[in-house]
Amino acid sequence: MLRIRVQEAPFDIAAEFAALAAGRADIGGIGCFLGTVRGEVGGRPLAAMTLEHYPAMTERALAAIAAEAEARWALLGGTILHRVGRLPPGAPIVLVLAAARHRQAALDATGFLIDWLKTRAPFWKKESFADGGEAWVEARAEDDAAAARHDTTK
Amino acid sequence: MTGFRVHLLYFAWLRERIGRGEEEIEVPGDIRTLGALSAWLAARGPGYASAFAAGKAVRAAVNQSFASPEAAIGPGDEVAFFPPVTGG
Repeated sequence: MLRIRVQEAPFDIAAEFAALAAGRADIGGIGCFLGTVRGEVGGRPLAAMTLEHYPAMTERALAAIAAEAEARWALLGGTILHRVGRLPPGAPIVLVLAAARHRQAALDATGFLIDWLKTRAPFWKKESFADGGEAWVEARAEDDAAAARHDTTK
Repeated sequence: MTGFRVHLLYFAWLRERIGRGEEEIEVPGDIRTLGALSAWLAARGPGYASAFAAGKAVRAAVNQSFASPEAAIGPGDEVAFFPPVTGG
């Protein structure tokens, strides 16, 4: 089972690794992706990024993504942790951990989880610029392409 | 045809354009699909028209699952409208 959390508060990466590995001697590797707030968009300085989500649907969508990862790889555990609310440049937004006996499954599952999360979980980002302007982030075709790499139906 | 009530949710710029995040609404009985619902909503006022304007990428979920415009809707459904997701 992957642990899934959505929260406003910052998270402690070391504590998340420790919680995943506690009491386990079967894990041989943990893949990790940490997404953070970039401080500029096309050279325009950012003051903050605000993350909105659809609470009733979010955990369900993340659980479905986690279940798909567990069906594809022999995972020994994992974590999906996503923050919401207003976050300053440099702040962590999302943490994905995937534990397995060997590195390839851990790394592949980590890539899969973040790629699917970006296109299938109901989160939206709004940029607040240092100059006072605001803009909702638009979905990127590159993200759809990244998620499509994991399609099993050719 | 008797109408029915649905619970509507709006996120991101749809919420801003419509001016609210959620509402209970009575929908005419001949509205059977998500696509028909969004077309009907678009005629409710300028904010809705702007949110559901043609060419704008609007996605939706029925009862917390992503749904296409052909998806059926009925009494008591929770229907959410939002832009393509941008988390992660």
